[in-house]
Amino acid sequence: MTALTDDTLPVAPRAIRDEMIVFVVMALLLASVPFSGIYPFFVMQALCFALLACAFNLLIGYGGLLSFGHAMFMGTAGYCSAHALKVWALPPELGILVGIAAAFGLSLITGYISIRRQGIYFSMITLALSQLLYFIYLQAPFTHGEDGIQGIPQGRMFGLLDLSKPTVLYYVVLVGFLAGFLLIYRIINSPFGEVLKSIRENEPRAISLGYRTDQYKFLAFVLSGTLAGFAGSLKVFVAQNASLTDVHWSMSGEVVLMTLVGGLGTIFGPVVGAFAIIAMQQYLAGFGQWVTVIQGSIFVICVLTFRRGVVGEVAHYFRRSL
Amino acid sequence: MQALYAQLLVGLINGSFYALLSLGLAVIFGMLNIINFAHGALYMMGAFVAYFLLNLGGISYWWALLLAPIIVGIFGMILERTMLKFLAGLDHLYGLLLTFGIALIVQGVFQNYFGSSGLPYSIPDQLKGGVNLGFMFLPIYRAWVVIFSLVVCIATWFLIEKTRLGAYLRAATENPTLVRAFGVNVPRMITLTYGLGVGLAALAGVLSAPINQVRPLMGADLIIVVFAVVVIGGMGSIMGSIITGFALGVIEGLTKYFYPEASNTVVFVLMVLVLLVKPTGLTGRAA
Repeated sequence: MTALTDDTLPVAPRAIRDEMIVFVVMALLLASVPFSGIYPFFVMQALCFALLACAFNLLIGYGGLLSFGHAMFMGTAGYCSAHALKVWALPPELGILVGIAAAFGLSLITGYISIRRQGIYFSMITLALSQLLYFIYLQAPFTHGEDGIQGIPQGRMFGLLDLSKPTVLYYVVLVGFLAGFLLIYRIINSPFGEVLKSIRENEPRAISLGYRTDQYKFLAFVLSGTLAGFAGSLKVFVAQNASLTDVHWSMSGEVVLMTLVGGLGTIFGPVVGAFAIIAMQQYLAGFGQWVTVIQGSIFVICVLTFRRGVVGEVAHYFRRSL
Repeated sequence: MQALYAQLLVGLINGSFYALLSLGLAVIFGMLNIINFAHGALYMMGAFVAYFLLNLGGISYWWALLLAPIIVGIFGMILERTMLKFLAGLDHLYGLLLTFGIALIVQGVFQNYFGSSGLPYSIPDQLKGGVNLGFMFLPIYRAWVVIFSLVVCIATWFLIEKTRLGAYLRAATENPTLVRAFGVNVPRMITLTYGLGVGLAALAGVLSAPINQVRPLMGADLIIVVFAVVVIGGMGSIMGSIITGFALGVIEGLTKYFYPEASNTVVFVLMVLVLLVKPTGLTGRAA
């Protein structure tokens, strides 16, 4: 049995320098978006999903755990942030904190439950837990059921930054994304990240070396869920609503798809994948349910022919880790 | 009390579907090491095939009960031969992702042509009406679904646990290479197993068509509940899947009566409780 990410393992020693160059290029490209005439709303949305996919990738790509319920963190953080902003009238920075705290709490609980099983069971449990949460949010009064929380005030961040101005909002979202991205990068390259990778490769061996693998997986789950929550909180300011779609299983499936397309276990793959899938949805919006069919086809094609994903293939070709 | 018995019956019916679907999942997982995410979509296809047979071909419910599982089973075997086959030796999770993709495609195609609303499928004449049992009114069709599912489940259990073919199957689950060395065509057996599991899903689809209406997304949410059932019961034992399926259906039915707000979530809550108490599932061995 080969591990999920065998194909995507770096073929050359990790070249931190390459990765930093690509990171700086990515940051500069994204920073120049407001001057390029590209619709900033689209990029902001893609950035939120990219951060979500990166958080998801931390779990699957480095911990070997496929969560099929990551939308629950985004949705929960979104609802809580939205509630804090609209009903409690908190300033944006505190609203984001409320969302992150909610996702943190949720990931503590769901992680404690789901980490008890491995592999395929882990995926089914996370999916079932997110469905459980979906039904709770469907009935809970504060989420306003099918309508969702709408018309969320964007407010002024730190009393200075007027988030209702698209350009200001764009840079706030970008800074949030880059900070989250660097944090994940730091986690992957830390001693903790190395142990996580060893668990992915061979858990029994990691246990025999004396690592309490359950604790490592639990911590990875909590980090991933909390960061996914951060993405969800940012998204509230972009979309100005929080709705049931963000907690639905199809959203969890989209996150999996983004990461798979970009490349499981690659650093930049989830970002590329998120932009590709969001762009596809944007352009094919008029085709109704055919979008679902196309997404399904991409899943099938990726799994059958293209398991490294876009970035994984590029990295493999240049014998680099990206 | 009338309402309680009615909900118990609904629970038993849902339990039949859970049992048929989780049984198929367990059989497929045993041979292919794949969790078939497309199971819900294929269940839906079973119902649609019955609908087409009736409305386009004038073929009755009784024939659909036989033909729909065969047609969908063949479709499943084609999927296995053209796609799933290539996943042998890869991580389990790729199977989940591939079948999730297949489910999206199938459901998306049906949604395009039939929208999200339900199509009616009428109960066959022979099963219309009901009997008054004194304490409740029992619709004959609903009783039929429960009894027929139970018979099919037990027949499948018998096939796998008590026949020679089943013995080959169990042996191939344990050690395919060795069984192949004895001259058994294991790849063909894998294909047939997938066809059998998928056929069971399609059969559940036909049975549910007159009760739940025929909708493109009828299997999408159901499969997630069935996953929870599988986590609770574990996939180690065929009988375990059957009993867990029926039991959870009944518990869900009781919840609908006593605390309807939780009827959607009770299976998931039970899953959490089982995981906390016995992480391997009720009948499962350590993964």
